[in-house]
Amino acid sequence: MRYIILLKGAQPSTPPPHALMEAIMKLGEEATKAGALLDTAGLAPSAAGARIELAAGNVTVTDGPFTESKELISYALYDVRSKDEAVEWGARFIRIHRDHWAGWEGTADVLKVMGPEDFAPPS
Amino acid sequence: MTGSDANQAIEAVWRMEAARVIAGLARMVHDVGLAEELAQDALVIALERWPETGIPPNPGGWLMSTAKHRAVDLVRRRAVYERKLQEIGRSLDEAAEPDLDATLDDHIGDDVLRLIFTVCHPVLSTEARVALALRLLGGLATDEIARAFLIPEPTVAQRIVRAKRTLATRGVPFELPAPAELAERLSSVLDVLYLIFNEGYSATAGDDWTRPDLCYEALRLGRVLAGLMPREPEVHGLVALMEIQASRLRARHGPAGEPVLLQDQDRRRWDRLLIRRGLVALERAEEAGGRFGPYALQAAIAACHARAPSTADTDWERVAALYTVLGHVAPSPVVELNRAVAVGMALGPGDGLTIVDALISQGGLEGYPHLAAVRGDLLAKLGRSGEARQEFEQAASLTRNASERTLFLGRAAQLSASP
Repeated sequence: MRYIILLKGAQPSTPPPHALMEAIMKLGEEATKAGALLDTAGLAPSAAGARIELAAGNVTVTDGPFTESKELISYALYDVRSKDEAVEWGARFIRIHRDHWAGWEGTADVLKVMGPEDFAPPS
Repeated sequence: MTGSDANQAIEAVWRMEAARVIAGLARMVHDVGLAEELAQDALVIALERWPETGIPPNPGGWLMSTAKHRAVDLVRRRAVYERKLQEIGRSLDEAAEPDLDATLDDHIGDDVLRLIFTVCHPVLSTEARVALALRLLGGLATDEIARAFLIPEPTVAQRIVRAKRTLATRGVPFELPAPAELAERLSSVLDVLYLIFNEGYSATAGDDWTRPDLCYEALRLGRVLAGLMPREPEVHGLVALMEIQASRLRARHGPAGEPVLLQDQDRRRWDRLLIRRGLVALERAEEAGGRFGPYALQAAIAACHARAPSTADTDWERVAALYTVLGHVAPSPVVELNRAVAVGMALGPGDGLTIVDALISQGGLEGYPHLAAVRGDLLAKLGRSGEARQEFEQAASLTRNASERTLFLGRAAQLSASP
């Protein structure tokens, strides 16, 4: 089953430390070799994006940045056997942030991607 | 975290780390069965301690060093293992170097590869290889394997015990195969993975949704193997085949669980991500060079379907040509029947029928329902409705699968209705 892990945090004023990027690459390699990581990438600040909204029948497009205090920083798509495995990969990802970037705070949301198991026909 | 949540988290870590821990231990004690017992002991200790202490930063390393200490305790207490003690003593001396983790990391890939080849060793029966692979490589519990294969749990437990004993009594070394044996041993590994995949893939739908998990487990193990043996085209070929076949899992059954044939599948329901990964794996097989083996060839055929927007827009000439090559590499009447279908699409139903009739005159596939069904389909396309209907009726009488029977009888009824 698939899970997408979305990392959110305050947009930092300095680029991430080199050691963190190294640790992220190493973890990504490990997760790929384990057959678990399907896809991952960093996301540019929302200033580079836009938002499309539907409200009261009107579609509006607004350029970024959005006003949330936390920005989406990256996503990772995992293929795992249980939610616990996805949570463990996410926790490893968060722990290397703790270990290599003092003071940084953030959130990793682990969301299940619907799969064949969610559409089982009535038995 | 409640107790059961903590246990689930620990079991997840166990599954993620089991193969590496067991492989590392097996290198030290030269006995896969003993290595697994030691690793299980470490898991029990983790289940006791981690709920209090939390999961350690390097859970795999923790399990490994705990199991190693258990190994030392065990051999100290049991004099019969004196020989092993000396061996472990040596390994521990090695491991006592300053950077323990780095030492382990250097070996870990090779160890997992050794474990893969050992559990798929030809001294074991096919059933034993499958059970051992799921247990030691996948970290699955015995009851999970039993559920997935719809067999009683004691049967699985016995298979695993016997398999471990066979490896020990036959003195199977915990080694990579010698270069001269590599091709044959690798094909045994790939066959085990594809068998696991197919066990899940050929399962019928209904309430039985644990079995697609087998497909994903085989796929995961295939991806691990491809990472460990990046130069072997057939490994990438098998991964490509499984990725592309798995991409159709959502489209293979209708709302009531009835099977939907490839030609009738709603291709919008195919999993584009898995298709992309499959095509990339196929490119890797090509880049690795050498002649395509049976898995890479089947993957290349699957890729033709995956790339095509519809049945009609499929490159049937290429499919037919690939079946011809596959027929040389791995001759089988089923491959020839599939070639007949492709030729029927590429050149015309008459050319397909010639191949089918040649196959029948050779006596291959007698009593195989799909032989009659393919012949029926080709006859129907040639406008020979009466003969076609008879073939579908025969196909229906030959199949033991209820949903297939419905499908064939449906085709027969359509042919009766049309003038």
